[in-house]
Amino acid sequence: MNDLSTISKPEVARSAGSPPGATAWMDRPLVQLTLVRFLEFIREPEALFWVFVFPILLAAGLGIAFRNRPPDVLKVAAVTPELASALKQEKLLDVVQLPAEQAQEQLRTGKVALVAQPGANGVVVYRFDNTNPEGRTARNLADNAVQRAAGRVDPAKTTDQFMQEAGSRYIDFLIPGLLGMNLMGSAIWSMGFTIVDARRRKLMKRLIATPMPRHIFLMSFALSRLLMLVIEIAVLVGFGAVVFGVPVRGSLWVLVLLCVVASFSFSALGLLLASRARTIEAASGLMNAVMMPMWIVSGVFFSAQRFPDALQPIIKGLPLTAAIDALRANMLQGAGFLQVEPQLGVLAFWLVVCFASALKLFRWR
Amino acid sequence: MTATALAPALLVRKLRKSYKDVVAVDSLDLEVRPGECFGLLGPNGAGKTTTIEICEGLLQADSGEVEMLGLRWETDQGELRQRLGIQLQDTQLSEKLTVYETVRLFRSFYRSGPSPSRAIALVQLEEKQGSRVGNLSGGQKQRLAMACALVGDPDFLFLDEPTTGLDPQARRQLWELIDEFKAAGRTILLTTHYMDEAERLCDRIAIMDHGQIIALGTPRELIASIGVEHVLEFSTSNGSTDRLLSALENIDGVRDVRLISSTVQLQVTELHQTVPALLDELKRQGLVLTELRTHSASLEDVFVALTGRHLRDE
Repeated sequence: MNDLSTISKPEVARSAGSPPGATAWMDRPLVQLTLVRFLEFIREPEALFWVFVFPILLAAGLGIAFRNRPPDVLKVAAVTPELASALKQEKLLDVVQLPAEQAQEQLRTGKVALVAQPGANGVVVYRFDNTNPEGRTARNLADNAVQRAAGRVDPAKTTDQFMQEAGSRYIDFLIPGLLGMNLMGSAIWSMGFTIVDARRRKLMKRLIATPMPRHIFLMSFALSRLLMLVIEIAVLVGFGAVVFGVPVRGSLWVLVLLCVVASFSFSALGLLLASRARTIEAASGLMNAVMMPMWIVSGVFFSAQRFPDALQPIIKGLPLTAAIDALRANMLQGAGFLQVEPQLGVLAFWLVVCFASALKLFRWR
Repeated sequence: MTATALAPALLVRKLRKSYKDVVAVDSLDLEVRPGECFGLLGPNGAGKTTTIEICEGLLQADSGEVEMLGLRWETDQGELRQRLGIQLQDTQLSEKLTVYETVRLFRSFYRSGPSPSRAIALVQLEEKQGSRVGNLSGGQKQRLAMACALVGDPDFLFLDEPTTGLDPQARRQLWELIDEFKAAGRTILLTTHYMDEAERLCDRIAIMDHGQIIALGTPRELIASIGVEHVLEFSTSNGSTDRLLSALENIDGVRDVRLISSTVQLQVTELHQTVPALLDELKRQGLVLTELRTHSASLEDVFVALTGRHLRDE
């Protein structure tokens, strides 16, 4: 056949190409396919928004809405300057000095919790609603302040220690949940859309008409997923740590291992969902149908324990539940490899089953 | 160059492929010689794309044999893929990548071949190297597809309807490009349903219809095979009657009479004798001529003579 190839194409090309064997690493199919994945992704502003900006907005919004408030300061009114200055010694009271009538008016409309006014014979009168906890608290605070100002000395020395530990707040619960949700969403969407779109455009058919090894095509997805993963973890965990002080108590390598395994099993699930669909509509319907239940039951925003006990074995068997449980245990309780083994097992099971079925079902054309 | 003395570049024997109850390719034989541009011409649905995709190793035949460059798909898939250049019908390359990025990706799959820039230069897209694929015109996209087919420096080039859907200028540009590939001595298998394209580009042509090859030869041989040099078409204001049609058959130099919609088509050997006789006959029958055309016989006429239909009827 040698003579054939020499007569069939003289001098055209070949010259300017790089010599075989000396392929630069940039020109390897895996590198090129991964690069292309990456370029396509960053040139899609919507995808960037959903993968990176949206989780942060969500975390910020929920973090602010459910933040632990500083202790409430109660508003009270005093009728005389002496009473006002006595009450101002108490830091938890916000004191206004008002004429008696106006003070009554403010109390009636709930703008102040209590009115302190002088009564007959030097008695101090507190007016407040005794069915309202705020009123009762204000009365105790006000009375302490008045008694101390009058010279009361407490017989026992006491001091306060405040307990607001990072790790027990809602935002601490939320960040690992959002991380899990993000791992699932970005893996499934990126696999699903890229594959179905390539099939619909007949681009996949064109690719398999080249000498490209098919496993390299699939490996490029895994590799680009890993690259994106690094950014995703850094963005979300970094945001939580810097803005809300969300702790990362477990070892970092267990966290990374968890994210990699979770991301690969979600990718395998995405590959399975995209293995036959020919249209984006069909694929996104399928992907939503699979992801939506997990968003709800897998404990992203609230604990999965709230669902009935009978459902727990099923819920615990879902990949997103396993991922989020393990991430929470690692980040909040500092769980090591051994403690997250069951969850890793669940994720590995999904990885193997989905990948094997996807390979069987996958349609290249 | 004794191309014919060499083993065929592509040899297809008794190829058969059916989809459910439709037979797409029906025991087809085909031989493409090294260095020639071979055309598969036929209407849509004739089985051209099925045939070419089986040769490209993208479809599995039900039965039959394909041998290309002395290699077979069953045993030499990897080697064949390296040596084929393929342009598929309506592949949409990724719109978010630039021309250069696309060609570089395809180049990475081949062990040797021109650099991406050189492949882009071959199809005259240098100015568009940095443009996104989504911003290219139809003709430019088609040339990019061509660059992707050439980037492995193929021994055999498959072009499946390369100019379908393009405007006349873009078609002509693409033809010039294919002329250059031919001049470079590449073996090309091309499908088309444009007879002018086949006539212009191909050394030899196989006309396909209903999954079979119904004629094979050089364009000149095929045209000569129907035994006519001219085709005369006319229509009359009062329509065409059976009486007219039978009278026409007796005119000197008329080989064949067909009524295609409202137009009468005559295949004619001696135009200068037939035209006056036709005019006389029309006058005798009191018919008024509304349209009269003649042209030298073309591949279209070969197809009409063989099947009784126009290529573009489907």
